[in-house]
Amino acid sequence: MAAVQGNMVDAKDEADIKAEPVSDGFGNNHANDARLLSASPGSSAAAGNSKPAAGAPEDQQTLLAVLQFLRKNKLSESAEILRREAGLPEEVLDLKGGDSAGPGQGGSADTDGGDASSLLSRVTVSTPGGAKAPTKAGEDQPDVNVVLSAYSQQGDPALYEVYYSGLKKFIESVLDCHRAELSQVFYPLFVHMYLELVYNNHESVAKAFFEKFSGDQECYYEEDLRVLSSLTKKAHMRGNETLLDFRTSKFVLRISRDSYQLLKRHLQERQNNQIWNIIQEHLYIDIFDGMPRSKSQIDAMSGSLPGEAKREANKAKVYYGLLKEPEIELPLDDEDEEAENEEGKPKKKKPKKDSTGSKSKKQDPNAPSQTRIPLPELKDSDKLDKIMYMKEATKRIRLAPDNLPSICFYTFLNAYQGLTAVDVTDDSSLIAGGFADSTVRVWSVTPKKLRKVKTAADLNLIDKESDDVLERIMDDKTASESKCLYGHSGPVYGISFSPDRTYLLSSSEDGTVRLWSLLTFTCLVGYKGHNYPVWDTQFSPYGYYFVSGGHDRVARLWATDHHQPLRMFAGHLADVTCTRFHPNANYVATGSSDRTIRLWDVLNGNCARIFTGHKGPIHALAFSPNGKFLASGATDGRVLLWDIGHGLMVGELKGHTDTIYSLRFSRDGEILASGSMDNTVRLWDAMKAFDDLETDDFTTATGHIHLQDNSQELLLGTYMTKSTPVIHLHFTRRNLLLAAGAYNP
Amino acid sequence: MAEERRQKQCSVSLPTESMKAMAESVGVGQLQEESCVALSEEVSYRIKEIAQDALKFMHHGKRRKLTTSDIDNALKLKNVEPLYGFQSQEFIPFRFASGGGRELHFYEEKEVDLSDIINTPLPRVPLDVSLKAHWLSIEGVEPSIPENPPPASKEQQKAESTEPLKVVKPGQEEKGAIQGKGQSTPAPDNKGKEKGLIRLKPRSTHELSVEQQLYYKEITEACVGSCEAKRAEALQSIATDPGLYQMLPRFSTFISEGVRVNVVQNNLALLIYLMRMVKALMDNPTLYLEKYLHELIPAVVTCIVSKQLCLRPDVDNHWALRDFAARLMAQSCKTFSTTTNNIQSRITKTLTKSLLDDKTQWTTRYGSIAGLAELGPDVIKTLILPRLAVEGARIKAVMEGPVVSNIDKIGAEHVQSLLLKHCASVIAKIRPQPDNVEQYRTDYGYLGPMLCSHVMKARTQAALQAQQVNRTTLTITQPRSTLSVSQSGLSGSGGPRTPSIIKVPSSLTLMSPRPGTPSQPSPPATKYIVMGTSAGAASTQQVITLSSSHSASPVTSTVPSATSTLQSLVKLEPGSGPGLTASRPLQKYIVVSLPSSASSLEGKSSVLPTSISSATVDGGIKLERSDSPAASTQSPH
Repeated sequence: MAAVQGNMVDAKDEADIKAEPVSDGFGNNHANDARLLSASPGSSAAAGNSKPAAGAPEDQQTLLAVLQFLRKNKLSESAEILRREAGLPEEVLDLKGGDSAGPGQGGSADTDGGDASSLLSRVTVSTPGGAKAPTKAGEDQPDVNVVLSAYSQQGDPALYEVYYSGLKKFIESVLDCHRAELSQVFYPLFVHMYLELVYNNHESVAKAFFEKFSGDQECYYEEDLRVLSSLTKKAHMRGNETLLDFRTSKFVLRISRDSYQLLKRHLQERQNNQIWNIIQEHLYIDIFDGMPRSKSQIDAMSGSLPGEAKREANKAKVYYGLLKEPEIELPLDDEDEEAENEEGKPKKKKPKKDSTGSKSKKQDPNAPSQTRIPLPELKDSDKLDKIMYMKEATKRIRLAPDNLPSICFYTFLNAYQGLTAVDVTDDSSLIAGGFADSTVRVWSVTPKKLRKVKTAADLNLIDKESDDVLERIMDDKTASESKCLYGHSGPVYGISFSPDRTYLLSSSEDGTVRLWSLLTFTCLVGYKGHNYPVWDTQFSPYGYYFVSGGHDRVARLWATDHHQPLRMFAGHLADVTCTRFHPNANYVATGSSDRTIRLWDVLNGNCARIFTGHKGPIHALAFSPNGKFLASGATDGRVLLWDIGHGLMVGELKGHTDTIYSLRFSRDGEILASGSMDNTVRLWDAMKAFDDLETDDFTTATGHIHLQDNSQELLLGTYMTKSTPVIHLHFTRRNLLLAAGAYNP
Repeated sequence: MAEERRQKQCSVSLPTESMKAMAESVGVGQLQEESCVALSEEVSYRIKEIAQDALKFMHHGKRRKLTTSDIDNALKLKNVEPLYGFQSQEFIPFRFASGGGRELHFYEEKEVDLSDIINTPLPRVPLDVSLKAHWLSIEGVEPSIPENPPPASKEQQKAESTEPLKVVKPGQEEKGAIQGKGQSTPAPDNKGKEKGLIRLKPRSTHELSVEQQLYYKEITEACVGSCEAKRAEALQSIATDPGLYQMLPRFSTFISEGVRVNVVQNNLALLIYLMRMVKALMDNPTLYLEKYLHELIPAVVTCIVSKQLCLRPDVDNHWALRDFAARLMAQSCKTFSTTTNNIQSRITKTLTKSLLDDKTQWTTRYGSIAGLAELGPDVIKTLILPRLAVEGARIKAVMEGPVVSNIDKIGAEHVQSLLLKHCASVIAKIRPQPDNVEQYRTDYGYLGPMLCSHVMKARTQAALQAQQVNRTTLTITQPRSTLSVSQSGLSGSGGPRTPSIIKVPSSLTLMSPRPGTPSQPSPPATKYIVMGTSAGAASTQQVITLSSSHSASPVTSTVPSATSTLQSLVKLEPGSGPGLTASRPLQKYIVVSLPSSASSLEGKSSVLPTSISSATVDGGIKLERSDSPAASTQSPH
């Protein structure tokens, strides 16, 4: 790989950078990953995996700079943790007083500490790319200035148009096969040139430049251009995160070697230093050998805020296989036997073999080891539930294109446009809704009503030895079909049931994630960490862990018994809009309004995959039940399918006309259901979509894909609701599809 | 085009005048022009930024409409104190005013008397959120139940009838059939046989489910039965129910056969009922009627021009039916006429032919003229005006000649008034002032003098109207034609709106949910009194009670052509008095809301967003009435 990479101006080692030659930035990513890992503030689960790559001198520099920053801000505890994680000698930190000797476990630090760590993680992530990205404008102005000062180089503003149109003329004149590739340069170049003009106070020139060339840009950048167009003053650049991000992270382009040479030669011949500087400093050109890509191939992958994903960003091994199910003896027919087995069952799961015949007994080579992420042990009730699950599974309907699922639609009436989130328990017995009026409501959709546990005084009276003690603790007087949970102070945007149905998570505009008990129907914990609206949250498929993502552009991994996050997944350039756990709980996928999807490794906090191709903020994600594929839906109305192992886009499903808010695979993965704001539920033939692909010849090395436009063939059905946007979908264990939405007269 | 838009984006910013105005409102008197420019740029940028953030909240709130709370949240994101007390669920009733070359949009903040608020009974508590389950699909087939949308949308119906031969692929064929047929028909089993792409006309079966059959029976019986309330309900159902597609062929045949039989039997009442059904069908926005025009149009035309429509032509008011049918005809010409079917020109030809025929009876003549006149001023100008002299002579022969028969005389009178009514406004537009009686007599013969006076009246009325538009009173003064039956029907489907500040409360229709839709908080019943004052005619008064239960349709006075749609709220049947031969220069409509005991301020303001001034909201039964224009234009005839 040859990468052309300019140097970024870092807050702390500006001089350093000036000296560094413009050259190969090979290995930066690994350094990046390693550092991220070291920066992850959680301690318990990450144990055993240590050792950052502090080897490179520039990394050392960065770390020192960060440490100094922390010290300056009196965040000595965090500094200490970082120091130890980075393996730096004690004397580096010129600590005053022997404070913070204790390990910075979650319990001891306060909220400020949490913030600092979040800041820390952001900083470390962005340093390799360039300067620091501030968490929020206004927090640390100096950094912003540094970021922007990269624009301060002066060129003749009048020449910008000449440069740009010269390049445009050149690109239009090259051979067809190169033109599409080189055209990618237009957009980032346009943005950077415009920003430079604005930064240097050439307001009218900037405006003219924008008006002249904004029409040439690809239509999917329109949103960004709108933001850009409103920005006409240097002062505006201060607080605009989108642009800061654009500036600090290099826009990634993938260009074939031939095309790149062509461009380089042209620019050097013309002595077009202005453009060459921008390309070197602000663009990351990922050069590959081979045929140039076609226009459609490029269009399929581009559209996201930071450009395409670098190829090596998707190289890491992802263990997408499923974890082995703990062995539970399941007598299929005999009820009595089942009861016996259940009692005689050992408490610990035996790491032996799968009970179901369908699965192979060998370990899946793609599956992570069983203990890669410590998972909670199964409780008796979980085992009972597993048995129920298996029994239901035997009655499951085999879906196929000629055997479509029935859809039961749950309509929320009188919601007054206030329904913002819905979730259904895995066994489909409870349904919960989050509302704009800050309430969370839980309904029972089975005849079994919702009951609270008795009060402590009453609990003392019951016979604890009796067999039906679990029944006795419930207070029949409180039985009702629905319960309302009050606690949030803003619209509830995300909601998730725990797999064992005893907890409910909700995330809200007020910046908190709340954990509710479904036994007492009270709030147990408010997880504070995101200071801005939390857009989504989800429990891990094994419970205990959960993930949340919000406006602060960070996704966080939590454990229910820690009030601070265990991991922070930083890297998105805009709001994290949706978060999903991989079925094996080792990975978390996040979708963002920067129009990328990232897959994060829970173990070390690394970003394992970056998927680009959506043209709008992503609002829905779904993993296929076998863990191999990911489906994503966005405001652009398209569903994209991704192969996680190869890190490739493998399908595009067009049909929806509005934002897709929900995606779900059927229990066996044959059907993908999508629900949208356009009031339809659509069913897609997932089997076929993935089957076709396996016959394809993967060009994994280059990551090029040829997508055939077969949406119409894959679309199995469209079901129109009566002005009810579909905001949640759920397949019951027997493959009945449940959909939910609020009637919107 | 995209470029154009972007350029606009780039340059849009608030005018500096706004900055000045805002500065003045907070007490900063003299603001430098430069500061204004700087401020406006800054403010525009910030507003855009906030709007972009607010969009995020809208997306996450799973809504399509940006609400004020989204803005609040976006402000909070920027650590700015949100605007309090700016809660608006649906929309903010901005008002527009212009004058002195300046245009202004403003939010009308009414002064509210606190004691009034305290004394009004509390509004009803809104209904609680509830959960309702239904089958969206059963094994891949969407059942046609009220919870699901109608099986075929209008576009689909159209596509089906205009492109019957479409390429059908195996697998998709099933889907198309489902959409077309709904639940009652089993999915065809020929999927396996047709492997290739075959051009097929989709089979259309006309099986009705038992429920649909029952519905059809009930509706048709109610429509032609004797109970007016039931009929209103049935018509309402026809006009609004989205799932009638299946039954449309039946209804169409019912109407066509019904007209055929009842014309022969001269059963005026039934003909009127059937025409009202046609009107209701045309009002239904979900129906694609084009396929059935070949049955409906002959029926309507029959009701316009038939020689005899009733048993006692001298007494019964069959003229109103002709008027009504003529309007229906005009409406269908407007809606359905295309270059391929040429409905309008064919109708025009037919009517002209009978008009030109000397032997045509007065009844048919009346119908032809009415039918033509409703087609618009251009048709009047080219086809009727040249005939005025001839028709005048014919009328004169009956009126002043020897008494032939009473029936002829009545007929002639009606034709005369009809001609005057329709021609006056057209002449007023095309003839230059001054209106000279003698000149008129030479031009138009016998009808000349009468036309002259009518034209003058039309002119004064036009002048008055121009004055009135600028007044922000409650009174809506419009020439009759804009609120006639045909137009009131159109207004629901995006027809012409009156271009005044005052909105005709056609938005009221929004408040009455369609039958069968999931429940909605029923707003308190609000009463409207619609007052019509027309020159020379006794004023009628209609009290219309609206409530959200779908059974309630406006109870109007039952003049023949009153329709049951809610759009007809501000409508008066003009032709009710047989003796009324004057053209109607002016009508005045006053809409007053009567707060019923349970109603609240909130309920009312949502029902009547802009059309009620504060005086009437507070004032209970208060009829506001600007007397001068009405009085001055009252003209005896």
